[in-house]
Amino acid sequence: MSFNVPDDLRYLDTHEWVRQDDDTATVGISDFAQDELGDVVFVELPDEGDELTAGTDFGVVESIKAVSDVYAPVSGTVTAVNDDLIDRPELLNEDPYGDGWLLELELADESELDGLLSPDEYSDQIA
Amino acid sequence: MGLRTPPLGPVHEDAGATFTDFGGWEMPVEFDSIRTEHAAVRESVGKFDVSHMGEIVVSGPDATQLMQRLTTNDVTVLDPGESHYSAMTREDGVMLDDTMVYRLPTSVDDDFLFIPNAGHDEQMERRWRDHADGLDVTVDNRTAAYGLIALQGPDAKGLLAPETDLDLDAVPAFAIVEGTTAGVETLVATTGYTGERGYELLCPAEEIETVWDTLNCQPCGLGARDTLRLEMGFLLAGQDFHPDEEPRNPYEAGIGSVVELDTEFIGRDALEQIAVEGPDEKLTGLSLIDRGIPRDGYDVTTPDGTHLGTITSGTMSPTLGTPIALAYLPMEYRNAGTTLRVVVRDEPKKARVRATPFLDR
Repeated sequence: MSFNVPDDLRYLDTHEWVRQDDDTATVGISDFAQDELGDVVFVELPDEGDELTAGTDFGVVESIKAVSDVYAPVSGTVTAVNDDLIDRPELLNEDPYGDGWLLELELADESELDGLLSPDEYSDQIA
Repeated sequence: MGLRTPPLGPVHEDAGATFTDFGGWEMPVEFDSIRTEHAAVRESVGKFDVSHMGEIVVSGPDATQLMQRLTTNDVTVLDPGESHYSAMTREDGVMLDDTMVYRLPTSVDDDFLFIPNAGHDEQMERRWRDHADGLDVTVDNRTAAYGLIALQGPDAKGLLAPETDLDLDAVPAFAIVEGTTAGVETLVATTGYTGERGYELLCPAEEIETVWDTLNCQPCGLGARDTLRLEMGFLLAGQDFHPDEEPRNPYEAGIGSVVELDTEFIGRDALEQIAVEGPDEKLTGLSLIDRGIPRDGYDVTTPDGTHLGTITSGTMSPTLGTPIALAYLPMEYRNAGTTLRVVVRDEPKKARVRATPFLDR
């Protein structure tokens, strides 16, 4: 089975992705992660304004069979959370890089992005 | 010790299943998605490989006597070709296992068949042998020799009918009949663990693939089996009761109806006492009002935080779209509608007591 690993994103070894847009970044979980979890039924996310620290858990994604913490790939202040996931957690399965995004944050330190996995490195990890 | 593998293991692997260790068996947990598989069974039909379940055959002039001694229900009420649900208890009334007991049709040479849960077959075989002294009875553990397929759902009959020489319209619920399915000698029981109508087909392990392939429908794993049974409030051995970790008697587990105190079985005297006094706690259905998924091991409390019990099984119900759970609770807190709390990651979430089954069937 092969999984979608978009080449314009950076990845964390715990299967989160981050998309940079100037000084903000969007965060979600990878196609591989949503497939491993199976049917997502519940998502718990931080509030706008919360401070996230790179490498620490900021929320929970639960499928029918499993509970999984999600980790911040980079540090920053939460500027938006995907409220659609409250009523439609299945968006995480259907469109993990689009409508299934988790949150948006204002980057505290852009250089943290350099320490993340490239698409090739992440593809190797899940191969 | 390595994991036991079902005869269909390679077939499931080819189908892209993911696997889990269940009772010492490496079993498929998911083929497509739990939601898809669950919906297939509720709305049309799905097939499960449940070859991890044990099969023990008990025969001979004293077979009835031995079955009566070791199971809580009254096997003498069963005619050939009938079955019922039952439990195995210790002297203190604590459940060791639960099972269907089948009195085999007269066309079969053997007398009784029962189905210990995954990994319990050797323990139950020993228990039956230990109590067979002086009796004219044979006990045969056929777990490795048999494969077991559960075909479940409203369309199960329509799918099976053209593949078998049996007249399925003539087979009532909780029956067991012998027939040929896809050219394979099978015992076909009208039983299951999903709340839907359906069949459980027992066949020789080396021929199960023929039957499996012929029954062309959604393959389902243990993930969907768990969500389906939990919507019905059916017990999962080892989780909703366990002789060491969750020692419970049949009254606490809500299956007092399978305890026949007029028979002489191991555990009877202790259970008679409990029946008179009433259990202190009983397995109780809960649904979450707040957002969250109840999981086994989570605490259940009163609204002011007093600990009442622990969740033994919980999930998001795929059919109802609500989080549901089972927990042993004191009798005074288990009236339907009572508001309680389930503690999810240190956060008390509002929950309500609900009658089981969660789903009307």
